[in-house]
Amino acid sequence: MKVGFLHSLIRVEEKLLLAEFRRQSADVQMLDDRNLIFDLEHYPRLDVVLERCINHSRAVYSLKFLEDAGIRCINSSSVAAICGDKIDTSIALDRVGVAQPRICVAYSHESALEAIEQIGYPAILKPIVGSWGRLLSKVNDREAAEAILEHKERLGSYQHSIFYIQEYIDKKGRDIRSFVVGDNCIAAIYRESAHWITNTARGAVASNCPVTDEIASISLAAARAVGGGILAVDLFESDRGLLVNEVNYTMEFRNSIEPTGVNIPEKIVQYVISGSG
Amino acid sequence: MTECPVCALEIEFAEDTIEGELIECDDCGTELEVISVDPDAVEEAPETDEDWGQ
Repeated sequence: MKVGFLHSLIRVEEKLLLAEFRRQSADVQMLDDRNLIFDLEHYPRLDVVLERCINHSRAVYSLKFLEDAGIRCINSSSVAAICGDKIDTSIALDRVGVAQPRICVAYSHESALEAIEQIGYPAILKPIVGSWGRLLSKVNDREAAEAILEHKERLGSYQHSIFYIQEYIDKKGRDIRSFVVGDNCIAAIYRESAHWITNTARGAVASNCPVTDEIASISLAAARAVGGGILAVDLFESDRGLLVNEVNYTMEFRNSIEPTGVNIPEKIVQYVISGSG
Repeated sequence: MTECPVCALEIEFAEDTIEGELIECDDCGTELEVISVDPDAVEEAPETDEDWGQ
C-alpha cells in the first residue's frame, strides 16, 4: 500500500505519525503542499492520503484534487470543508440533533449587534475560519460589542464581516477534547486554564479525562455528523449536558499522549493502513 | 551544524531531523524551519496565517 502524507511544516504530530508509519513498514510518499502543482491530468499514484496540512484552504483544495483521481483521503475534502467552517459545522451538527451552544450568524454591524443582544451577554464572537483560539472575543456588554464589531468590519477581511456569535458557556475553567478514530472514541483530555480560552496552544494544561458513555456517544455523533474519520471534538460541560463546541479535522495531539496513555499516532496509522476509512 | 539566523547560535540537528521540520532555537526561542539536512540549513518559520491550526 502506497500512502501519501500531505503536509506543510513538520510539527511534532507529523514526526510521530511518520515514525509510526516507518514502524509499520508503510511505503510513504511525502506531499509538501508548498511544492505541489495540481492539474487535471497528472496525479500521484497512491492508495490513500493522510492529510496533515496546517493551512485549511490548501488542505481542502488538495484533497479535492486527490479525490478526483480516485484516491481515498483521510479526512475527506467534505469533512475538511465542514470542520474548517464554523457555520457549516453548526449546521451539520444541528441536522442530526447533536447538542451545541446556541449560535447566531449575521452580516452587518446592526444585525450582529441585535443578534448578540438576542444571545445575551456575555457572548462569544468567532471568526468562521481559523483556530488555536485566535481572534475569539468575549463580548461582555453593548459598548464592547459596538467596538469589536466596528474593528472587525473595518480592519478584517470580508470574512470578518460574517459574524458568528455563540452563547457563552460557563465551563468552570476547563473543556474536554475527545479523539475519534473511525468508530471509536479512543481518548479524551480535560484542558484546564484560568483563561476562558482553553486551547493548549494558548497554554491550557491537559490531563486525562476518562471516556464515559456520554462523552463517547456525543463525540461519535459529532464525528458522524461531519462525515467521520479522524477527528478531535471539543466539548463543553453545561447544565444541559455536554455540548459540542468544535470538530477539528487535522487534530493536534502532542500533549494528549502522555496524560491519556493512549498511543494516538499508532491508532491513526492503523486506521489509515487498515483501509477502514 | 548550522546557525540560527536570528541570534547566530550554533544548531546541531538530531539524527532523525527531516526537511520541513519545525524546531526552536534554544537561545532566542525563534521558531525555525529545517530547509535542508544536507547541508544543514534553517530559516525563520513562516508567520501564522489566518486559516492555520486546530
